[in-house]
Amino acid sequence: MKLELTRVVQGGYRVGVLREVGRAAHTSMEVPGCLLYTRCGAVPHLTHDTLRTLSPLPPVTQLTLSTVAEHREVLEEYKDGFKKFAGLHDTALYCSLHDPVTPYPAGHITNKTVSVWGSGGRIELTVARFMALQKALRPDLYQSMADGETWQGDATSRKRIRKSVDRTLAHLDECLLIHHQTPELQGAEVLGVVEGGDSLEERVRSAKETAKRPVGGFCLDGFQTGCMERSLRTRLIAAVARELPEDKPRLLQGVGRPDEVVACVEAGVDLFESFFPFQVTERGCALTFDLDLSPDTERAVLELGEEKEETWESEQSGEVLLEDQAQTMTPFEMDLKDTKYRDDLTPLVDGCGCYCCTNHQRAYLHHLLVTNELLAGVLLMLHNTAQYNSFFRALREALANDKLEFFKKRVLSRKRVGHKEAKE
Amino acid sequence: MPSLKSLSAVSPLTLRLVAECPVSKARACDLALPHCVVPTPVFMPVGTQGTLKGITSDQLEDLGCNICLGNTYHLGMRPGPALIEKASGLHGFMNWRRNLLTDSGGFQMVSLVELSEVTEEGVKFKSPYGGNEILLTPEKSIEIQNSLGSDIMMQLDDVVSSTVTGPRVEEAMRRSVRWLDRCMAANQNPEKQNLFAIIQGGLSLELRKTCLDEMTKRDVPGFAIGGLSGGEEKDDFWKMVSLSTDHLPRHKPRYLMGVGYAVDLVVCVALGCDMFDCVFPTRTARFGSALVPWGSLQVKHKQFAKDFKPIDPDCTCPTCQRHSRAYLHALFKNDTAAMHHVTIHNISYQLTLMRSVRQSIIDGRFPDFVKTFMKKMFPSSDKYPGWAVDALRSVNITLDQH
Repeated sequence: MKLELTRVVQGGYRVGVLREVGRAAHTSMEVPGCLLYTRCGAVPHLTHDTLRTLSPLPPVTQLTLSTVAEHREVLEEYKDGFKKFAGLHDTALYCSLHDPVTPYPAGHITNKTVSVWGSGGRIELTVARFMALQKALRPDLYQSMADGETWQGDATSRKRIRKSVDRTLAHLDECLLIHHQTPELQGAEVLGVVEGGDSLEERVRSAKETAKRPVGGFCLDGFQTGCMERSLRTRLIAAVARELPEDKPRLLQGVGRPDEVVACVEAGVDLFESFFPFQVTERGCALTFDLDLSPDTERAVLELGEEKEETWESEQSGEVLLEDQAQTMTPFEMDLKDTKYRDDLTPLVDGCGCYCCTNHQRAYLHHLLVTNELLAGVLLMLHNTAQYNSFFRALREALANDKLEFFKKRVLSRKRVGHKEAKE
Repeated sequence: MPSLKSLSAVSPLTLRLVAECPVSKARACDLALPHCVVPTPVFMPVGTQGTLKGITSDQLEDLGCNICLGNTYHLGMRPGPALIEKASGLHGFMNWRRNLLTDSGGFQMVSLVELSEVTEEGVKFKSPYGGNEILLTPEKSIEIQNSLGSDIMMQLDDVVSSTVTGPRVEEAMRRSVRWLDRCMAANQNPEKQNLFAIIQGGLSLELRKTCLDEMTKRDVPGFAIGGLSGGEEKDDFWKMVSLSTDHLPRHKPRYLMGVGYAVDLVVCVALGCDMFDCVFPTRTARFGSALVPWGSLQVKHKQFAKDFKPIDPDCTCPTCQRHSRAYLHALFKNDTAAMHHVTIHNISYQLTLMRSVRQSIIDGRFPDFVKTFMKKMFPSSDKYPGWAVDALRSVNITLDQH
């Protein structure tokens, strides 16, 4: 795996291409970028037919152990790995531990084990079992086993944080040992997990120690939306990033909101999980980015800059409880269950080329949602995934062309949605 | 889409007989409707609320579906006819380029709403959304269906359960005839929308015959056989179907309402029916039941957890081309996409079955097709349902013993 950076802003963001993703020698993806979120290998609500209407798709698919751990025996018997099992051709496969969308109970971690929760309940994993699963799944890259529980409690003690860093490093060493002895995993990459809770000292230690190991990249864990103040998170990420080698990718777990994504990219993150469009879909909402970054709009936005200055982030604090943030509707969404869309015969987003917007209207989506029809999830998932991918594409372009400030004003401005509605 | 002008110049329906089975009453036709030609015999999937259970209109089209159903009762309630009309009809609202058939709304009232009262004026019921009293008259039903813009509309009929006996059955049959006249008079778009009559008369040969005599006097573009598939004895069911097809005009389509099990489809094609609908294939899919030539396969059952074959190795549907029983088994524990996979397969199964039936009629080998079909469906001939054996024998198809 090679990370070719074309632009690095000192102490800040990076732009480039990640090539030869694990064993998928022909797969490359641009960074900053997002993976393709799945449950058991399926993008929620979508079949291959509907998924392929989206183009281009993120070239790396995410699978979480919590959705497949209970099928270990099946996969061991199958022998050809998860990609073939799930009919996932033409994609690289990344395997992570927990499903970023489904909360899991704390208090089940021991020195030697972590637990994941599948449909049949808790599955306790030792490193040996964890690695047996990886052997059966044969991902192109995977997250090493980690004790990532520090972000769940209210006041996690310094002692507990230190323990999680120590355990996670020990798990990593064991994983790497087995990894190198497993022929089925040759060529695959292991991502080391950086823990450390809200402690700067432990974060730096975790990063430094992990960077010493022969890992392909890094997972930044314990920064999930809702577990700490944003400013603290970006400070900690920036501190961690300083300790990590420049030529290896950094994947941030549990952060998907567009405004938070931008802040974390600025702190040095390359990769994100893409569960956010799914969360938006599940609350019956549609993403409505305005990604027109042409010079004309740039002039207009910069001229109007004074009154549109206020970004959502600056006003957010105090409005929504920290722990509720992941569930709360963001300013980048429209709530299609709202009766004002009942008679609205326009597409969700003008100019959006997704299957939903080229074929259907807001009133139809409203109807599907109020009648609880399954197609609502399908169409919204298509639209939200398309919008999210476009968001990342536009972000990369803005970073490459030194237009991040304009991008932030244009795309993240909290008043934008209101403006557009008022015009109509 | 053809312009309004060109449509009004021709009838909104023509039926061309492509082939008739020389042995049984089976026939293959081309049913030309405003949005496209429908080769029959045809199974019509049910898209109750303007959507087919998680399947996009493109997916449905790709499966070769030329006509599907919408339910007037549901769509009349939500989102309502005014909005659908504004959205260029149900075709525009759900973005479906091919044909649509809508029911009258009467059946759902009887089956879904407890408080319904039938008078000569219409069906009175309480709205489940708000509780106010609503009267559905034949005129109102057609008005709503005119707004929906379906290619085939159904008359409002007085539906009684097929297990009811006595004078109520005759009353309902006679009222259905009167309501047919009112529906015909109310149709604002006879040049674009076809109105089908529905033969009633319960399980009485006499009442059915009276209804057939009355209704075939009317100049309607097609006929449905109604009031069946509601829990009656199958021995009664097939006799009512066969009596109806004996007396329905040869050059008009015959639609058997609410029938969709594979065996029923094949037998009723032999009895001379052209069109069928049923929620069963899509509903059962959502519970993990996949339709196969040997019956059904319960994907969620443990026995398929390590079964790496597709649902049906001979099936060419997108699901069977890509996924195994084991993967679908695992996916059912995680995501609704599993339901969509089986729904796609089941619709494909129904449509493919009807295409094979049609081809066998055209090739003049329909009786052999029926025999092979039954052999695959049942492990031995003593498992053949008696009614199916009798019904097929009545049209000169004698099943082999095996």
